[in-house]
Amino acid sequence: MTLHRPESLDAALALLEGGGVLLAGGTDVYPALRDGAPPSAMIDLTGVAGLRGITRDGSGWRIGAATTWTDVIRAALPPCFDGLKLAAREVGSVQIQNAGTVAGNICNASPAADGVPALLTLEAEVEVAGAGGTRRVALSDFILGPRQTNLRGGEIVTALLIPDVPGQGGFLKLGARKYLVISIAMVAAVVETRAGRIAGARVAVGACSPVARRLPALEAALAGATLADVPAICASAPLDLSPIDDVRASAAYRAESVRTLISRTLSQAMEAAHVA
Amino acid sequence: MSLDEPKGHIGFTLNGDEITIPSPVTARLSEVLREVAGAKDVKVGCNAGDCGACTVLVDGAPVCACLTAVGQVSGRAVETQSGLVAGDVVAQRLARSFQRHQAAQCGICTPGMMVSAVALLRSGQTLDEARVADALGGVLCRCTGYRKIIAAVLDASESDPVAEGGVGARIERLDGWPKVSGTERFGDDVAPADALSVMVIRSPYHRAAFTFGDLESWREEAGLDLILTAADVPGDNLFGVIPGFIDQPVFAVDEAKYRGEPVAAVVGAAELLAALPPFPVTWEERPAVLTPEDAAKADLLHPTRAGNVMCRGYVARGDAAGAMKGASVRVSGDFSTGFIEHAYIEPEAASARRVGNRIEVSCCTQAPYMNRDGLAGILGLKPEDVRILPTAVGGGFGSKLDLSAQPYVALAAWILDRPVRMAYTRTESIATTTKRHPSAVHMEIGADEDGRIVAATFDGVFNTGAYSSWGPTVANRVPIHASGPYLTPNYEAKSAGIHTNTVSCGAFRGFGVPQSAVAQEQLYDMLADRLGIDRLELRRRNAIRNGEPTVTGQVFETGMGIDACFDALKPEWDRALAEAEAHNAARPARRRGVGVAGGWYGCGNTSMSNPSTIRAGVTPAGEVMLHQGAVDIGQGSNTVIAQIFATALGVPVSAVTLVGADTDVTPDAGKTSASRQTFVTGNAARLAGEALRAQILRLGNGGQGAEITPAGDGIALTEDGVTRRVPLPEAEGYALEVVETYDPPTLPMDANGQGSPYAVFGTAAQMVELEVDMELGTVRLLKFTAAHDVGRAINPLLAEGQIEGGIAQGIGLAMMESFIPGRTENLHDYLIPTIGDVPAIESILIESGDMHGPYGAKGLGEHCLIPTAPAVLNAIAHASGARIHHLPATPDRVRAAILAKGH
Repeated sequence: MTLHRPESLDAALALLEGGGVLLAGGTDVYPALRDGAPPSAMIDLTGVAGLRGITRDGSGWRIGAATTWTDVIRAALPPCFDGLKLAAREVGSVQIQNAGTVAGNICNASPAADGVPALLTLEAEVEVAGAGGTRRVALSDFILGPRQTNLRGGEIVTALLIPDVPGQGGFLKLGARKYLVISIAMVAAVVETRAGRIAGARVAVGACSPVARRLPALEAALAGATLADVPAICASAPLDLSPIDDVRASAAYRAESVRTLISRTLSQAMEAAHVA
Repeated sequence: MSLDEPKGHIGFTLNGDEITIPSPVTARLSEVLREVAGAKDVKVGCNAGDCGACTVLVDGAPVCACLTAVGQVSGRAVETQSGLVAGDVVAQRLARSFQRHQAAQCGICTPGMMVSAVALLRSGQTLDEARVADALGGVLCRCTGYRKIIAAVLDASESDPVAEGGVGARIERLDGWPKVSGTERFGDDVAPADALSVMVIRSPYHRAAFTFGDLESWREEAGLDLILTAADVPGDNLFGVIPGFIDQPVFAVDEAKYRGEPVAAVVGAAELLAALPPFPVTWEERPAVLTPEDAAKADLLHPTRAGNVMCRGYVARGDAAGAMKGASVRVSGDFSTGFIEHAYIEPEAASARRVGNRIEVSCCTQAPYMNRDGLAGILGLKPEDVRILPTAVGGGFGSKLDLSAQPYVALAAWILDRPVRMAYTRTESIATTTKRHPSAVHMEIGADEDGRIVAATFDGVFNTGAYSSWGPTVANRVPIHASGPYLTPNYEAKSAGIHTNTVSCGAFRGFGVPQSAVAQEQLYDMLADRLGIDRLELRRRNAIRNGEPTVTGQVFETGMGIDACFDALKPEWDRALAEAEAHNAARPARRRGVGVAGGWYGCGNTSMSNPSTIRAGVTPAGEVMLHQGAVDIGQGSNTVIAQIFATALGVPVSAVTLVGADTDVTPDAGKTSASRQTFVTGNAARLAGEALRAQILRLGNGGQGAEITPAGDGIALTEDGVTRRVPLPEAEGYALEVVETYDPPTLPMDANGQGSPYAVFGTAAQMVELEVDMELGTVRLLKFTAAHDVGRAINPLLAEGQIEGGIAQGIGLAMMESFIPGRTENLHDYLIPTIGDVPAIESILIESGDMHGPYGAKGLGEHCLIPTAPAVLNAIAHASGARIHHLPATPDRVRAAILAKGH
């Protein structure tokens, strides 16, 4: 059994040619083994130079693939990232936040991935490296379905790229207990306000569809709204969601409660912006 | 990997020492730390990052060792609980604080808790409860209710625990230091290094016929040492716990009756078992029944049990039907609860070795002698030829009464004459060991216009699963307790345990009484609302008093303390109601509610002999030895029994050395269940202490008031200021020895359930304040106030720990727990409360003094969770108008009930 620990991206890509399971924080890889033995070959990406950390990158931000949730919490970032930071604090537990990575969260492609809604509201793009060079793909096009991404064989996610977006971020997660909980539903938003009215809102919902998604119709309906208008808009706007019944909650409950959650997340962001 | 590591080896710093160990570098760090580096203080509870028991520090940051590839720590610094406590001042302070606050009960989560807390303490942050909860939120505890853990972290100072004291003293846990310093050894920690491993082959279907292929050639090809099936069982291929209901095969024959039922076991080197080719078995799935409703018309699981009825229970008193007709007010309802998993953080584990023609089994168990007798039957041995060596038990709550891994390791070790080990995986533990019975209850209660109960009828159906386990106990106990601790002159209660193709349901803290209390206590609230009587007052008015008959006609002249429990809540009740009303006046989105519930529980077996025996001796050197066989599963019997014994003998508790538990050296103190150890074994310990004291006084010619002091080389007696040595007889073993037995006085019940089933009832009343988010249906608990009549608190700190832990389990029952066979077989789909889900708990200990209990003490373990769930449900209804009949009260169900009310 081999654990490769490449120190460069090229070395990692070369190793991947020979097969092997990519490993970063291990917080999804190991649980997925259930009680089985680990794969005989794994490629650990946490030692690859330049893959961890959040940096300013031209006109935006670069979150290295191996950046942990704890790194996100501790990073000095503008207010639009507040939703992502709140989401980071809701990832599992301190132990999981210390090991689990941002890229791992999107590659695992769980419908309830804690980081995805906030990254969608930040209009994140995924940077993918392969033998033929790197490509960029919008996060909304990267996650295709539960446990499905458009990552091809031999490719490695190297970063999430986030443009400078105006506004204040917010995030709320609804679960049946306080810590270590998989969402019933969650909402992230980035709201830009001018003179008390919404100039632009980006809203994304997780755990209410096979893939977390933005809500363009709602976003359009929110334009020009004041804080007081938000609940009514959220109560009636069309939401293109398809929640399911599972052990955590009924579909009907998800469909109804997510509207409350959206309204509160928007309020959270607007009130935070007001304080700031 | 660094270059100087030999191939296949890895180097890192473990607790300050640089080590190089052979390891497959993709292996989980937890496994390597335990099995290769010997760091048994790293506990494996789930292998999925769900429980945090394996938390270690890597370069100072807490991570789950089960999610870390060992190769990833190459060249880094790993710290574990034992290393931290050995070498870090912060950790040492924390360990003392854990002892001072009794923050460790069973101790299995303690490594994860303490390691996480050390990282927090090192950070230098200003601490408050929220910060502590955030830092420790990744570690699950099933015993403590977390409150004393939070207190211990906030108070990690230099102070010392209370080390000395007899009955009534808040002394530290006598067996606590190993738990807080990382040296405690649980079921899987004692497995011999050279042991082979066992893996059980289980049915993937709820019901299926099966046939084996060529087992022998498959075994040879796989390189295994042994395959076990029913054909290899030398004794009876059966086990169970109740005479007449010994009906569970070690290995199914021809048909598996529940998902997870064993059909075979394979034995070999652990690395072979981890990568086995498919086992040669062919399944033929058959129609299964999963609910009692469907079971009535289904194929019989047991040919002699018509309608799949395992057994029924019945208690009747007065004329329930007639009195109900005459009642001024009647309330009735249907209520249900699901399978509840014990979710101790230590999965079942055992190891065995053959010693000549005896077998020795080390295991985490609540019932060493029952395990011994059960294994003797399976192996075809005399009970004396089976030795059970109980390890520390990482939580039990009823399920570790039954055999789990023990038969497999014992059979394999017996046949191979080699040591054999087995630890259940989390999935195995959840899917295949006993559960709390799902219940479906219909109950009606009638009262007169003053709110006096005139009649109650109860009909409870319990899904007992494929095999009986402790199902008959549930069926018997429920009708006796379903009235609650209230005077109920006309009463009829029926119960039935029904077989289905699900995992067996057995003992779980309360034996069915928590389920019946969910119905009865909610109906009391509905009754109070109908009558316009304060809910606490209604209960106070009906509380059964000394001199009044229970529903079985038993009359207690002393010790029925439920009225005192309700009275103790009154000031908090009045305050909380006023505060909730003030809060709700502004019509907020989050409405406050207050709920109350009472509960009672008879300590010990129902109308059956259940003796405990305690042995004690004095060595020729004057050392006092207490053979204490009442297994401490975290509840504190090692401490409580020693405090009682020391008080009876008249020596400091520090002068008593504990021996056992071990069936070769400790006599049978019965099982740790039914809230019986403090009461029953406590009495045996009191008798033993008194008898030993009498021997010493006689030998030394001392008067009753003489002070006994173990003197290092004998015993000293001090009387009237004069000290003299007691001549101890020369002896091979003990110079003085006593063996004393106590069996609680009970009387059998007649066909109508009339009789005296228990010598002691403990009672409790709990209230809770909470907030319901009316739009989301989420519930935030604010505070519990719990009044418990414990008779006499032998160790008030331990009593509080029981109450807090019971409440936490009651919160889970009320709000989040439900096992679904085949679906919630892990600790992220099966949710138990985390450190953020248990609010402040104020315990009020009522000491009514029991007629039979040692120094007046009663049992407490099960009473603590009985009122919790109904109190929560009553508070939810008070806050929101939503009455939850079908548990758990998850956000979707609460919201649906709110909507149904028209909010």
